[in-house]
Amino acid sequence: MDEVIRVDNLSFSYPDGQSALADLCLTVRQGETVALIGPNGAGKSTLLLHLNGILRSNGVVRIFGRQVDDKNLRWVRSKVGLVFQDPDDQLFSPTVFDDVAFGPINMGYSEVEVRESVTRALNWVGMAGYELRSPHHLSIGERKRIAIATVLSMSPEILLLDEPTGNLDPRSKWSLTSLLKRLPMTKIVAAHDLELVRALCPRTIVLDHGQVIADGATSHILADVSLLAAHGLAPAKTS
Amino acid sequence: MKHGFIDRYSDRNSFMHRLDPRTKFVTTLLFILVVALTPPNSWLAFALYLALIATLLLASTVPIGYVLKRSLVIIPFVVMIAIFVPFFKEGEVAGSYNVWLWQVSVTYSGLQVLTNIIIKAWLSILSLIWLSSTTKLPHLLHGLEQLRMPRVMVMILSFMYRYLFILVDETMRMKQARDSRNFGGGRLWQIRTIGNMVGTLFIRSYERGERVYAAMAARGFDGQTRTLNHLNFRPVDAYFGISCGLILILISLFSLS
Repeated sequence: MDEVIRVDNLSFSYPDGQSALADLCLTVRQGETVALIGPNGAGKSTLLLHLNGILRSNGVVRIFGRQVDDKNLRWVRSKVGLVFQDPDDQLFSPTVFDDVAFGPINMGYSEVEVRESVTRALNWVGMAGYELRSPHHLSIGERKRIAIATVLSMSPEILLLDEPTGNLDPRSKWSLTSLLKRLPMTKIVAAHDLELVRALCPRTIVLDHGQVIADGATSHILADVSLLAAHGLAPAKTS
Repeated sequence: MKHGFIDRYSDRNSFMHRLDPRTKFVTTLLFILVVALTPPNSWLAFALYLALIATLLLASTVPIGYVLKRSLVIIPFVVMIAIFVPFFKEGEVAGSYNVWLWQVSVTYSGLQVLTNIIIKAWLSILSLIWLSSTTKLPHLLHGLEQLRMPRVMVMILSFMYRYLFILVDETMRMKQARDSRNFGGGRLWQIRTIGNMVGTLFIRSYERGERVYAAMAARGFDGQTRTLNHLNFRPVDAYFGISCGLILILISLFSLS
């Protein structure tokens, strides 16, 4: 089973009628790190929300070959971890421990397993010892790391990250990038930040108007200046 | 941005801080109940209550200046509710004044009710300050949960604790953005602007609520709330709770007799 994510002709419109995804097709293989780039409103976040079943439209998303539907949602969410863009949305508990433990507790782990997975996840993101702190006392970089830990504690096999380095200063950005590089699972990273994409992801997908515009090696796609300019990812050419 | 926190000083380490949150919660509740039920004019009883709560506060190593300053927040509320009582309560007249067309008189029993309300409110807020500055809010919430408070209400309180400061930040940012564009104009215009800000804040909070729910669902939340409990009720909690309860009951019996 090499293909971990398969999306066939996924279409989705928001309740107000605004179309977000149109006939989108995509496959991701085991162990890949894929960048999802595109202008604001291209459908990146909407696509990520489909991949772990928060949004479900016409049942054409397959994870490890199984269709995402109402019955296997819990299984899907234990396999696919989604890290949201704003850590203040992701961290809703009074303490860091409660937040990182939230997923494992919902998965029905025993107390010992919960504690182990919390410790492991916090070690992974370099935030051991922060268990009893309140999220609102932490810096944005620290909160981003904790947000990743809340998902790692569930030991997902696929990690979806929405703008992992948004709002970070360069130092925090690069230390987070090297952290993400060390994580062994399959990753999909939605980003505007082409420096991050170049450093982290061998494969890049360009998304615009809810469709895949280009899909290929990062070096190839980022070298195509006219493609990037056409989709708002590089300055328009002035001649 | 910087705020004062609800549970400031709760990270200190004293005997009071180490007590089980449930002990402190029940003691506070009992204290407030007993104070509220004390008949008016029981000055000695009030003095003893004050002595009790002052002892607890001193033992908790929280700066007294902070406690006094914080306890003042209750005054406007009490005054707003009770300020007219002396004028309407019937009884022996303490003083009578002519204000323009009306004759206004203040009665002794009315003044008594007012002082009573102020004293009781102040004693109650002192005990709440003691509770909140010796107990971290997350621990208090765990305690409430174990005291069989409905889990949904505990969750609502914990969300409030988590998002209150984010909302305050958001409001401050909006206020700064407004001021930096030279907020002026007529009174009506200002009120309209504030109305728009409140509306925006509501919509933003609502949308944040949706995103938070998505983040919860993404980690397997299915409407069932689960939790790990790690509070331990030690003998010292029992001693403390029982002796505080006894003191309170003795004082109230004494004031009734």
